[in-house]
Amino acid sequence: MTRKLILWLPFALIALLFLAFFAGLMRPDDHVIASQMVGKPLPEFVAGPAMPGQPGAATADFSDGKPRLLNVFASWCVPCVQEIPMLLRLRAKGAEIDGIAIHDSSAELEKFLAANGNPYTRIGLDEGGKAQMAFGSAGVPETFVVDGTGKILYQHIGVVTEEDMPKLLAMLGVKP
Amino acid sequence: MKALSAALLLLIAVPVTAQAQDYAEVSLADPAKEAQAVALMDSIRCVVCQGQPISGSNADLAGDMRRMIRERIAAGESPEQVRTWLVSKYGDWVTFKPEVKSETMPLWLLPLLALTGGGWLVARRLKGRKA
Repeated sequence: MTRKLILWLPFALIALLFLAFFAGLMRPDDHVIASQMVGKPLPEFVAGPAMPGQPGAATADFSDGKPRLLNVFASWCVPCVQEIPMLLRLRAKGAEIDGIAIHDSSAELEKFLAANGNPYTRIGLDEGGKAQMAFGSAGVPETFVVDGTGKILYQHIGVVTEEDMPKLLAMLGVKP
Repeated sequence: MKALSAALLLLIAVPVTAQAQDYAEVSLADPAKEAQAVALMDSIRCVVCQGQPISGSNADLAGDMRRMIRERIAAGESPEQVRTWLVSKYGDWVTFKPEVKSETMPLWLLPLLALTGGGWLVARRLKGRKA
């Protein structure tokens, strides 16, 4: 009896394997790719000024003792429009927000900010996705919380919504 | 006439030289290094369109990664160094080639175990028949 069971065991294992494959096929492939840089110092990057009259951003700007948000966005990114009002409110409460614009141009950014508002202290134009890759950012919009010593505390993937506000403000040390 | 044909030639030449700068789409001059770069691109997953390797993806970020890979390999880095750098940014998910480490041990050990187990079953069966 046990002999027979042992002989069936390989078949049972293969059947299980196929079940696992099938379940994997049925599950939509929408992995959220979190940055491995959370908890580590902000990597070295220099993103030149995206617009005349507003400074660009670089690693050195993030270790002045004040926690900041680093918002990865783009003028061509539709959901980014949605979070600008939230960013403006965060700024009104005293949060510092620096932007990194991905695959963008000064002219397009100017239009985007004129239409939606400008919550940014600095805007750096990312050249060839270098800063984005250094952050381990997989898309737009993404928002990193960087503490006063230049360490990445948190990565928010996707649009910043009403529900995210208290958490972000708390991490920035700003009273809501 | 000469001036016109020269101007025409220039028109054709300019886009080519402009493109030559962008390693997202243009091969490296050294065929050995290009082969290394392409092999790496085939095994790096695009983080935007996740089922595809970056070598076959139209996403901007995939282009950025191809350019970064060619630039680094041209500068003398090994493909595995570049892979390690990408994994340090995006995690294991970004590589199609699983690393050997404690979490991925089952992946390497299970086939061996299955083979030994199967061999043992077959050996027992054959022995039984002879007796």
